[in-house]
Amino acid sequence: MGKIWAIFRKDLLIELRTKDSLNAMLFFGVVVLVVFNFALGSMHESMRSAVAGILWAAFAFSGTLGLNRMFVAEKENGCLQGLLMVPVDRGVLYLGKMLAAAVFMLASEAVIFVCCIVFFNLSVWGEIPWLALVFLTGTLGFTAVGTLLSAIAVNTKLREVLLPLILFPAVLPILINAVEATAIILNASDHASLRLPLTVMSVFTIVFATIGWLLFEHVLED
Amino acid sequence: MNDKFQSRLDAVLGIFLLLGMLAALYMALIEAPREKTMGDLQRIFYFHVPAGITGIAAFAVNFLSSVMYLLRKNRRWDHLAFSSAETGVLFFGMVLVTGPLWAKPAWYVWWTWSPRLTSALVLFLLYAAYLLIRNYIEDPERRARVAAVFGIVAFLDAPIVWFSIRWWRDLHPSPMLETGGLSPAMRPAFYVCLAAFQILLIYLLRRRYFLESMREEAEMLERRIA
Repeated sequence: MGKIWAIFRKDLLIELRTKDSLNAMLFFGVVVLVVFNFALGSMHESMRSAVAGILWAAFAFSGTLGLNRMFVAEKENGCLQGLLMVPVDRGVLYLGKMLAAAVFMLASEAVIFVCCIVFFNLSVWGEIPWLALVFLTGTLGFTAVGTLLSAIAVNTKLREVLLPLILFPAVLPILINAVEATAIILNASDHASLRLPLTVMSVFTIVFATIGWLLFEHVLED
Repeated sequence: MNDKFQSRLDAVLGIFLLLGMLAALYMALIEAPREKTMGDLQRIFYFHVPAGITGIAAFAVNFLSSVMYLLRKNRRWDHLAFSSAETGVLFFGMVLVTGPLWAKPAWYVWWTWSPRLTSALVLFLLYAAYLLIRNYIEDPERRARVAAVFGIVAFLDAPIVWFSIRWWRDLHPSPMLETGGLSPAMRPAFYVCLAAFQILLIYLLRRRYFLESMREEAEMLERRIA
Protein backbone atom coordinates (compact mmCIF):
# COMPACT_ATOMS: atom_id res chain seq x y z
CA MET A 1 0.00 0.00 0.00
CA GLY A 2 2.81 2.39 0.94
CA LYS A 3 4.58 1.59 -2.32
CA ILE A 4 1.50 2.31 -4.38
CA TRP A 5 1.22 5.61 -2.53
CA ALA A 6 4.88 6.47 -3.33
CA ILE A 7 4.40 5.95 -7.07
CA PHE A 8 1.12 7.85 -6.95
CA ARG A 9 2.70 10.74 -5.06
CA LYS A 10 5.64 10.91 -7.47
CA ASP A 11 3.33 11.25 -10.50
CA LEU A 12 1.19 13.80 -8.72
CA LEU A 13 4.19 15.92 -7.68
CA ILE A 14 5.65 15.96 -11.19
CA GLU A 15 2.30 16.96 -12.61
CA LEU A 16 1.69 19.68 -10.03
CA ARG A 17 5.10 21.20 -10.75
CA THR A 18 4.92 21.11 -14.55
CA LYS A 19 1.15 20.98 -15.17
CA ASP A 20 1.98 19.68 -18.64
CA SER A 21 -0.77 17.15 -19.11
CA LEU A 22 -3.43 18.78 -16.98
CA ASN A 23 -3.41 21.98 -19.03
CA ALA A 24 -3.58 20.01 -22.27
CA MET A 25 -6.32 17.73 -20.96
CA LEU A 26 -8.46 20.62 -19.76
CA PHE A 27 -8.08 22.63 -22.90
CA PHE A 28 -8.76 19.69 -25.19
CA GLY A 29 -11.81 18.64 -23.17
CA VAL A 30 -13.35 22.08 -23.46
CA VAL A 31 -12.53 22.24 -27.18
CA VAL A 32 -14.31 18.92 -27.68
CA LEU A 33 -17.43 20.34 -25.98
CA VAL A 34 -17.38 23.32 -28.34
CA VAL A 35 -16.84 21.15 -31.42
CA PHE A 36 -19.71 18.85 -30.49
CA ASN A 37 -21.99 21.77 -29.89
CA PHE A 38 -21.51 22.84 -33.49
CA ALA A 39 -21.48 19.29 -34.84
CA LEU A 40 -24.94 18.66 -33.42
CA GLY A 41 -26.38 22.11 -34.08
CA SER A 42 -28.28 24.07 -31.47
CA MET A 43 -29.65 21.95 -28.68
CA HIS A 44 -33.11 21.89 -27.27
CA GLU A 45 -34.18 20.93 -23.79
CA SER A 46 -35.30 17.58 -25.16
CA MET A 47 -31.77 16.72 -26.19
CA ARG A 48 -30.52 16.33 -22.65
CA SER A 49 -29.46 12.74 -23.22
CA ALA A 50 -27.08 13.86 -25.97
CA VAL A 51 -25.29 16.00 -23.37
CA ALA A 52 -24.29 12.85 -21.47
CA GLY A 53 -22.70 11.47 -24.63
CA ILE A 54 -20.89 14.70 -25.43
CA LEU A 55 -19.63 14.96 -21.87
CA TRP A 56 -18.15 11.46 -21.92
CA ALA A 57 -16.65 11.95 -25.36
CA ALA A 58 -14.87 15.02 -23.94
CA PHE A 59 -13.75 13.04 -20.85
CA ALA A 60 -12.52 10.13 -22.97
CA PHE A 61 -10.58 12.29 -25.43
CA SER A 62 -8.94 14.38 -22.75
CA GLY A 63 -8.27 11.25 -20.70
CA THR A 64 -6.47 9.65 -23.64
CA LEU A 65 -4.25 12.70 -23.85
CA GLY A 66 -3.35 12.34 -20.19
CA LEU A 67 -2.72 8.59 -20.43
CA ASN A 68 -0.39 9.14 -23.35
CA ARG A 69 1.70 11.71 -21.51
CA MET A 70 2.06 9.40 -18.54
CA PHE A 71 4.48 6.97 -20.19
CA VAL A 72 5.92 9.25 -22.85
CA ALA A 73 7.29 11.54 -20.14
CA GLU A 74 8.73 8.53 -18.30
CA LYS A 75 10.52 7.37 -21.42
CA GLU A 76 11.95 10.76 -22.34
CA ASN A 77 14.40 11.06 -19.49
CA GLY A 78 15.03 7.42 -18.70
CA CYS A 79 12.77 7.56 -15.67
CA LEU A 80 11.11 4.31 -16.64
CA GLN A 81 14.44 2.51 -16.43
CA GLY A 82 14.88 3.87 -12.92
CA LEU A 83 11.36 2.81 -11.94
CA LEU A 84 11.97 -0.68 -13.26
CA MET A 85 15.08 -0.98 -11.11
CA VAL A 86 13.12 -0.21 -7.97
CA PRO A 87 12.56 -3.47 -6.14
CA VAL A 88 8.78 -3.37 -6.18
CA ASP A 89 6.30 -5.63 -7.85
CA ARG A 90 5.29 -4.43 -11.33
CA GLY A 91 1.68 -4.68 -10.28
CA VAL A 92 2.31 -2.01 -7.65
CA LEU A 93 3.70 0.27 -10.36
CA TYR A 94 0.54 -0.30 -12.36
CA LEU A 95 -1.81 0.48 -9.47
CA GLY A 96 0.08 3.65 -8.53
CA LYS A 97 0.05 4.93 -12.08
CA MET A 98 -3.58 4.00 -12.56
CA LEU A 99 -4.62 5.95 -9.48
CA ALA A 100 -2.56 8.97 -10.52
CA ALA A 101 -4.14 8.89 -13.99
CA ALA A 102 -7.58 8.67 -12.40
CA VAL A 103 -6.91 11.71 -10.22
CA PHE A 104 -5.75 13.79 -13.22
CA MET A 105 -8.79 12.73 -15.18
CA LEU A 106 -11.17 13.55 -12.33
CA ALA A 107 -9.56 16.96 -11.89
CA SER A 108 -10.00 17.84 -15.54
CA GLU A 109 -13.49 16.28 -15.59
CA ALA A 110 -14.55 18.67 -12.83
CA VAL A 111 -13.60 21.70 -14.91
CA ILE A 112 -14.99 20.27 -18.15
CA PHE A 113 -18.24 19.54 -16.36
CA VAL A 114 -18.53 23.10 -15.09
CA CYS A 115 -18.05 24.32 -18.68
CA CYS A 116 -20.68 21.83 -19.74
CA ILE A 117 -23.17 23.22 -17.20
CA VAL A 118 -22.60 26.71 -18.58
CA PHE A 119 -22.64 25.76 -22.28
CA PHE A 120 -25.71 23.56 -22.14
CA ASN A 121 -27.59 25.36 -19.35
CA LEU A 122 -27.86 22.38 -17.06
CA SER A 123 -29.43 22.72 -13.63
CA VAL A 124 -28.06 19.80 -11.69
CA TRP A 125 -26.86 21.14 -8.34
CA GLY A 126 -28.84 18.60 -6.34
CA GLU A 127 -27.47 15.74 -8.37
CA ILE A 128 -23.77 16.49 -7.89
CA PRO A 129 -23.08 13.58 -5.45
CA TRP A 130 -24.64 11.07 -7.87
CA LEU A 131 -22.76 12.51 -10.82
CA ALA A 132 -19.53 12.39 -8.81
CA LEU A 133 -20.13 8.72 -8.10
CA VAL A 134 -20.71 7.96 -11.80
CA PHE A 135 -17.66 10.00 -12.84
CA LEU A 136 -15.51 8.25 -10.25
CA THR A 137 -16.54 4.72 -11.25
CA GLY A 138 -16.30 5.46 -14.96
CA THR A 139 -12.91 7.12 -14.60
CA LEU A 140 -11.46 4.25 -12.57
CA GLY A 141 -12.63 1.79 -15.24
CA PHE A 142 -11.24 3.98 -18.01
CA THR A 143 -7.82 4.27 -16.39
CA ALA A 144 -7.73 0.57 -15.38
CA VAL A 145 -7.65 -0.39 -19.05
CA GLY A 146 -6.01 2.84 -20.19
CA THR A 147 -2.88 2.51 -18.03
CA LEU A 148 -2.23 -1.02 -19.31
CA LEU A 149 -2.83 -0.11 -22.96
CA SER A 150 -0.87 3.13 -22.67
CA ALA A 151 2.18 1.12 -21.57
CA ILE A 152 1.60 -1.13 -24.60
CA ALA A 153 1.25 1.78 -27.01
CA VAL A 154 4.35 3.78 -26.04
CA ASN A 155 6.55 0.75 -26.66
CA THR A 156 5.43 0.35 -30.28
CA LYS A 157 6.72 2.09 -33.37
CA LEU A 158 3.60 4.24 -33.58
CA ARG A 159 3.98 5.35 -29.95
CA GLU A 160 1.14 7.48 -28.63
CA VAL A 161 -0.72 7.46 -31.94
CA LEU A 162 -1.66 3.84 -31.32
CA LEU A 163 -3.35 4.39 -27.96
CA PRO A 164 -6.74 5.73 -29.10
CA LEU A 165 -6.98 2.99 -31.72
CA ILE A 166 -6.63 0.19 -29.20
CA LEU A 167 -8.16 1.93 -26.20
CA PHE A 168 -11.58 2.99 -27.50
CA PRO A 169 -12.82 -0.46 -28.54
CA ALA A 170 -11.61 -1.83 -25.22
CA VAL A 171 -13.25 0.80 -22.98
CA LEU A 172 -16.53 0.79 -24.84
CA PRO A 173 -18.34 -1.04 -22.01
CA ILE A 174 -17.32 1.76 -19.63
CA LEU A 175 -18.35 4.52 -22.02
CA ILE A 176 -21.71 2.92 -22.78
CA ASN A 177 -22.56 2.52 -19.10
CA ALA A 178 -21.18 5.89 -18.06
CA VAL A 179 -23.22 7.66 -20.73
CA GLU A 180 -26.29 5.66 -19.73
CA ALA A 181 -25.87 6.49 -16.03
CA THR A 182 -25.15 10.17 -16.70
CA ALA A 183 -28.19 10.41 -18.95
CA ILE A 184 -30.36 8.88 -16.23
CA ILE A 185 -29.20 11.58 -13.79
CA LEU A 186 -29.46 14.48 -16.25
CA ASN A 187 -32.95 13.40 -17.27
CA ALA A 188 -33.91 13.23 -13.58
CA SER A 189 -35.05 9.63 -14.01
CA ASP A 190 -35.45 7.18 -11.16
CA HIS A 191 -32.15 6.65 -9.35
CA ALA A 192 -32.89 2.95 -8.90
CA SER A 193 -32.09 2.44 -12.58
CA LEU A 194 -28.54 3.63 -11.86
CA ARG A 195 -27.78 0.34 -10.19
CA LEU A 196 -27.23 -1.70 -13.36
CA PRO A 197 -24.76 0.63 -15.14
CA LEU A 198 -22.90 1.23 -11.88
CA THR A 199 -22.63 -2.51 -11.27
CA VAL A 200 -21.35 -3.20 -14.79
CA MET A 201 -18.77 -0.42 -14.46
CA SER A 202 -17.59 -1.72 -11.08
CA VAL A 203 -17.28 -5.29 -12.36
CA PHE A 204 -15.37 -4.03 -15.40
CA THR A 205 -13.03 -1.98 -13.22
CA ILE A 206 -12.31 -4.84 -10.85
CA VAL A 207 -11.73 -7.35 -13.68
CA PHE A 208 -9.37 -5.09 -15.61
CA ALA A 209 -7.53 -3.69 -12.59
CA THR A 210 -6.80 -7.31 -11.62
CA ILE A 211 -5.64 -8.17 -15.14
CA GLY A 212 -3.46 -5.06 -15.25
CA TRP A 213 -1.98 -5.85 -11.86
CA LEU A 214 -1.18 -9.42 -12.94
CA LEU A 215 0.04 -8.75 -16.47
CA PHE A 216 1.71 -5.33 -16.26
CA GLU A 217 5.21 -6.85 -16.04
CA HIS A 218 4.75 -8.36 -19.49
CA VAL A 219 4.14 -5.07 -21.27
CA LEU A 220 7.04 -3.12 -19.79
CA GLU A 221 10.33 -3.01 -21.61
CA ASP A 222 13.17 -4.72 -19.80
CA MET B 1 5.63 -35.10 -35.85
CA ASN B 2 7.64 -34.98 -39.04
CA ASP B 3 7.10 -32.73 -42.02
CA LYS B 4 5.95 -35.53 -44.29
CA PHE B 5 3.14 -36.46 -41.95
CA GLN B 6 2.11 -32.82 -41.64
CA SER B 7 1.98 -32.24 -45.37
CA ARG B 8 -0.04 -35.42 -45.86
CA LEU B 9 -2.42 -34.29 -43.16
CA ASP B 10 -2.75 -30.97 -44.98
CA ALA B 11 -3.56 -32.77 -48.23
CA VAL B 12 -6.20 -34.92 -46.54
CA LEU B 13 -7.69 -31.85 -44.83
CA GLY B 14 -7.68 -30.04 -48.16
CA ILE B 15 -9.67 -32.80 -49.80
CA PHE B 16 -12.15 -32.86 -46.91
CA LEU B 17 -12.44 -29.11 -47.15
CA LEU B 18 -13.16 -29.18 -50.87
CA LEU B 19 -15.79 -31.89 -50.45
CA GLY B 20 -17.25 -30.12 -47.43
CA MET B 21 -17.53 -26.81 -49.24
CA LEU B 22 -19.16 -28.37 -52.30
CA ALA B 23 -21.59 -30.20 -50.03
CA ALA B 24 -22.27 -26.99 -48.09
CA LEU B 25 -22.99 -25.04 -51.27
CA TYR B 26 -25.31 -27.76 -52.53
CA MET B 27 -27.15 -28.13 -49.23
CA ALA B 28 -27.53 -24.40 -48.60
CA LEU B 29 -28.43 -23.28 -52.10
CA ILE B 30 -30.34 -26.26 -53.52
CA GLU B 31 -31.24 -28.91 -50.96
CA ALA B 32 -32.58 -26.69 -48.17
CA PRO B 33 -36.22 -25.68 -48.60
CA ARG B 34 -37.08 -22.11 -49.53
CA GLU B 35 -38.13 -20.02 -46.55
CA LYS B 36 -41.79 -19.01 -46.51
CA THR B 37 -41.59 -15.26 -45.92
CA MET B 38 -38.02 -14.32 -46.78
CA GLY B 39 -37.56 -16.62 -49.76
CA ASP B 40 -34.04 -17.25 -50.99
CA LEU B 41 -32.76 -14.38 -48.87
CA GLN B 42 -32.83 -16.67 -45.85
CA ARG B 43 -30.09 -18.84 -47.40
CA ILE B 44 -27.46 -16.32 -46.34
CA PHE B 45 -28.13 -17.65 -42.84
CA TYR B 46 -26.20 -20.84 -43.71
CA PHE B 47 -23.05 -18.77 -44.16
CA HIS B 48 -23.62 -15.94 -41.69
CA VAL B 49 -24.20 -18.01 -38.55
CA PRO B 50 -21.47 -20.65 -39.09
CA ALA B 51 -18.98 -17.85 -39.84
CA GLY B 52 -19.91 -16.17 -36.54
CA ILE B 53 -19.58 -19.38 -34.52
CA THR B 54 -16.26 -20.19 -36.22
CA GLY B 55 -14.96 -16.67 -35.60
CA ILE B 56 -15.73 -16.93 -31.89
CA ALA B 57 -13.99 -20.32 -31.83
CA ALA B 58 -10.92 -18.68 -33.38
CA PHE B 59 -10.95 -15.91 -30.74
CA ALA B 60 -11.23 -18.54 -28.00
CA VAL B 61 -8.15 -20.25 -29.46
CA ASN B 62 -6.42 -16.87 -29.40
CA PHE B 63 -7.29 -16.38 -25.74
CA LEU B 64 -6.09 -19.82 -24.69
CA SER B 65 -2.84 -19.60 -26.63
CA SER B 66 -2.22 -16.09 -25.25
CA VAL B 67 -2.54 -17.44 -21.72
CA MET B 68 -0.35 -20.41 -22.60
CA TYR B 69 2.28 -18.13 -24.09
CA LEU B 70 2.54 -16.04 -20.94
CA LEU B 71 2.81 -19.21 -18.83
CA ARG B 72 5.22 -21.20 -21.00
CA LYS B 73 6.95 -18.53 -23.15
CA ASN B 74 7.04 -21.01 -26.03
CA ARG B 75 7.08 -19.35 -29.48
CA ARG B 76 4.63 -21.91 -30.82
CA TRP B 77 1.83 -20.54 -28.69
CA ASP B 78 2.49 -17.09 -30.11
CA HIS B 79 2.30 -18.39 -33.67
CA LEU B 80 -1.00 -20.04 -32.85
CA ALA B 81 -2.32 -16.87 -31.17
CA PHE B 82 -1.42 -14.74 -34.18
CA SER B 83 -2.88 -17.23 -36.68
CA SER B 84 -6.14 -17.51 -34.76
CA ALA B 85 -6.58 -13.74 -34.39
CA GLU B 86 -6.11 -13.23 -38.09
CA THR B 87 -8.46 -16.08 -38.98
CA GLY B 88 -11.03 -14.83 -36.49
CA VAL B 89 -10.95 -11.34 -37.99
CA LEU B 90 -11.47 -12.92 -41.42
CA PHE B 91 -14.54 -14.86 -40.24
CA PHE B 92 -15.98 -11.86 -38.43
CA GLY B 93 -15.40 -9.87 -41.60
CA MET B 94 -17.67 -12.37 -43.34
CA VAL B 95 -20.27 -12.02 -40.59
CA LEU B 96 -20.21 -8.23 -40.87
CA VAL B 97 -20.56 -8.34 -44.65
CA THR B 98 -23.28 -10.99 -44.88
CA GLY B 99 -25.25 -9.42 -41.99
CA PRO B 100 -26.02 -6.07 -43.62
CA LEU B 101 -26.63 -7.78 -46.97
CA TRP B 102 -29.42 -9.71 -45.31
CA ALA B 103 -30.60 -6.83 -43.13
CA LYS B 104 -31.18 -4.32 -45.93
CA PRO B 105 -34.02 -6.30 -47.57
CA ALA B 106 -35.25 -7.86 -44.30
CA TRP B 107 -35.13 -4.85 -41.94
CA TYR B 108 -34.88 -2.07 -44.58
CA VAL B 109 -31.67 -0.85 -42.93
CA TRP B 110 -28.07 -1.94 -43.38
CA TRP B 111 -27.20 -1.51 -39.76
CA THR B 112 -28.77 -0.93 -36.38
CA TRP B 113 -27.05 -0.58 -33.00
CA SER B 114 -28.58 -3.65 -31.47
CA PRO B 115 -26.61 -5.60 -28.81
CA ARG B 116 -25.64 -8.42 -31.12
CA LEU B 117 -24.52 -6.16 -33.95
CA THR B 118 -22.68 -3.80 -31.64
CA SER B 119 -20.84 -6.54 -29.81
CA ALA B 120 -19.89 -8.28 -33.07
CA LEU B 121 -18.48 -5.02 -34.42
CA VAL B 122 -16.59 -4.30 -31.20
CA LEU B 123 -15.12 -7.81 -31.22
CA PHE B 124 -13.98 -7.27 -34.80
CA LEU B 125 -12.41 -3.92 -33.88
CA LEU B 126 -10.67 -5.37 -30.82
CA TYR B 127 -8.96 -8.09 -32.82
CA ALA B 128 -8.15 -5.68 -35.64
CA ALA B 129 -6.44 -3.63 -32.90
CA TYR B 130 -4.63 -6.80 -31.83
CA LEU B 131 -3.24 -7.23 -35.34
CA LEU B 132 -2.36 -3.53 -35.43
CA ILE B 133 -0.32 -3.81 -32.22
CA ARG B 134 1.59 -6.79 -33.59
CA ASN B 135 2.37 -4.79 -36.69
CA TYR B 136 4.14 -2.06 -34.77
CA ILE B 137 6.44 -4.04 -32.48
CA GLU B 138 9.59 -5.33 -34.07
CA ASP B 139 11.24 -7.48 -31.42
CA PRO B 140 9.50 -10.89 -31.76
CA GLU B 141 9.72 -11.75 -28.08
CA ARG B 142 8.26 -8.43 -26.93
CA ARG B 143 5.63 -8.56 -29.63
CA ALA B 144 4.54 -11.97 -28.42
CA ARG B 145 4.26 -10.88 -24.78
CA VAL B 146 2.44 -7.61 -25.45
CA ALA B 147 0.08 -9.23 -27.94
CA ALA B 148 -0.72 -11.98 -25.45
CA VAL B 149 -1.70 -9.38 -22.85
CA PHE B 150 -3.94 -7.59 -25.33
CA GLY B 151 -5.43 -10.91 -26.49
CA ILE B 152 -6.50 -11.61 -22.91
CA VAL B 153 -7.96 -8.11 -22.49
CA ALA B 154 -9.87 -8.41 -25.78
CA PHE B 155 -11.44 -11.75 -24.98
CA LEU B 156 -12.56 -10.71 -21.48
CA ASP B 157 -13.94 -7.47 -22.85
CA ALA B 158 -16.32 -9.22 -25.23
CA PRO B 159 -18.76 -10.63 -22.63
CA ILE B 160 -18.85 -7.26 -20.84
CA VAL B 161 -19.76 -5.49 -24.07
CA TRP B 162 -22.55 -7.99 -24.54
CA PHE B 163 -23.76 -7.49 -20.97
CA SER B 164 -23.47 -3.69 -21.15
CA ILE B 165 -25.98 -3.41 -23.92
CA ARG B 166 -28.32 -6.19 -22.96
CA TRP B 167 -31.11 -3.81 -21.97
CA TRP B 168 -31.40 -2.66 -25.54
CA ARG B 169 -34.20 -4.14 -27.59
CA ASP B 170 -32.68 -6.61 -30.03
CA LEU B 171 -33.86 -6.68 -33.60
CA HIS B 172 -31.51 -9.51 -34.46
CA PRO B 173 -33.19 -12.95 -34.67
CA SER B 174 -32.75 -15.00 -31.51
CA PRO B 175 -30.56 -18.11 -31.62
CA MET B 176 -32.49 -20.38 -33.95
CA LEU B 177 -31.16 -23.68 -32.70
CA GLU B 178 -31.87 -23.12 -29.02
CA THR B 179 -35.32 -21.69 -29.53
CA GLY B 180 -36.23 -24.34 -32.08
CA GLY B 181 -36.98 -21.63 -34.64
CA LEU B 182 -35.09 -23.48 -37.34
CA SER B 183 -37.28 -25.94 -39.21
CA PRO B 184 -36.01 -29.55 -39.09
CA ALA B 185 -35.82 -29.57 -42.89
CA MET B 186 -33.24 -26.77 -42.75
CA ARG B 187 -31.07 -28.33 -40.08
CA PRO B 188 -29.00 -30.69 -42.27
CA ALA B 189 -27.91 -27.78 -44.48
CA PHE B 190 -26.97 -25.75 -41.42
CA TYR B 191 -24.92 -28.53 -39.86
CA VAL B 192 -23.10 -29.31 -43.12
CA CYS B 193 -22.21 -25.63 -43.48
CA LEU B 194 -21.06 -25.45 -39.86
CA ALA B 195 -18.87 -28.53 -40.34
CA ALA B 196 -17.39 -27.11 -43.56
CA PHE B 197 -16.57 -23.86 -41.75
CA GLN B 198 -14.90 -25.75 -38.90
CA ILE B 199 -12.71 -27.65 -41.37
CA LEU B 200 -11.90 -24.34 -43.03
CA LEU B 201 -10.90 -22.90 -39.65
CA ILE B 202 -8.61 -25.82 -38.85
CA TYR B 203 -7.13 -25.74 -42.33
CA LEU B 204 -6.48 -22.00 -42.28
CA LEU B 205 -5.09 -22.13 -38.74
CA ARG B 206 -2.66 -24.89 -39.70
CA ARG B 207 -1.49 -23.16 -42.86
CA ARG B 208 -1.10 -19.81 -41.16
CA TYR B 209 0.70 -21.40 -38.23
CA PHE B 210 3.26 -23.13 -40.45
CA LEU B 211 3.71 -20.01 -42.54
CA GLU B 212 4.40 -17.97 -39.40
CA SER B 213 6.87 -20.58 -38.10
CA MET B 214 8.70 -20.58 -41.42
CA ARG B 215 8.71 -16.79 -41.59
CA GLU B 216 10.30 -16.59 -38.19
CA GLU B 217 12.84 -19.27 -39.03
CA ALA B 218 13.78 -17.39 -42.20
CA GLU B 219 14.09 -14.19 -40.17
CA MET B 220 16.44 -15.86 -37.71
CA LEU B 221 18.59 -17.35 -40.46
CA GLU B 222 18.76 -13.95 -42.12
CA ARG B 223 19.91 -12.40 -38.89
CA ARG B 224 22.60 -15.03 -38.51
CA ILE B 225 24.01 -14.24 -41.96
CA ALA B 226 24.02 -10.51 -41.34
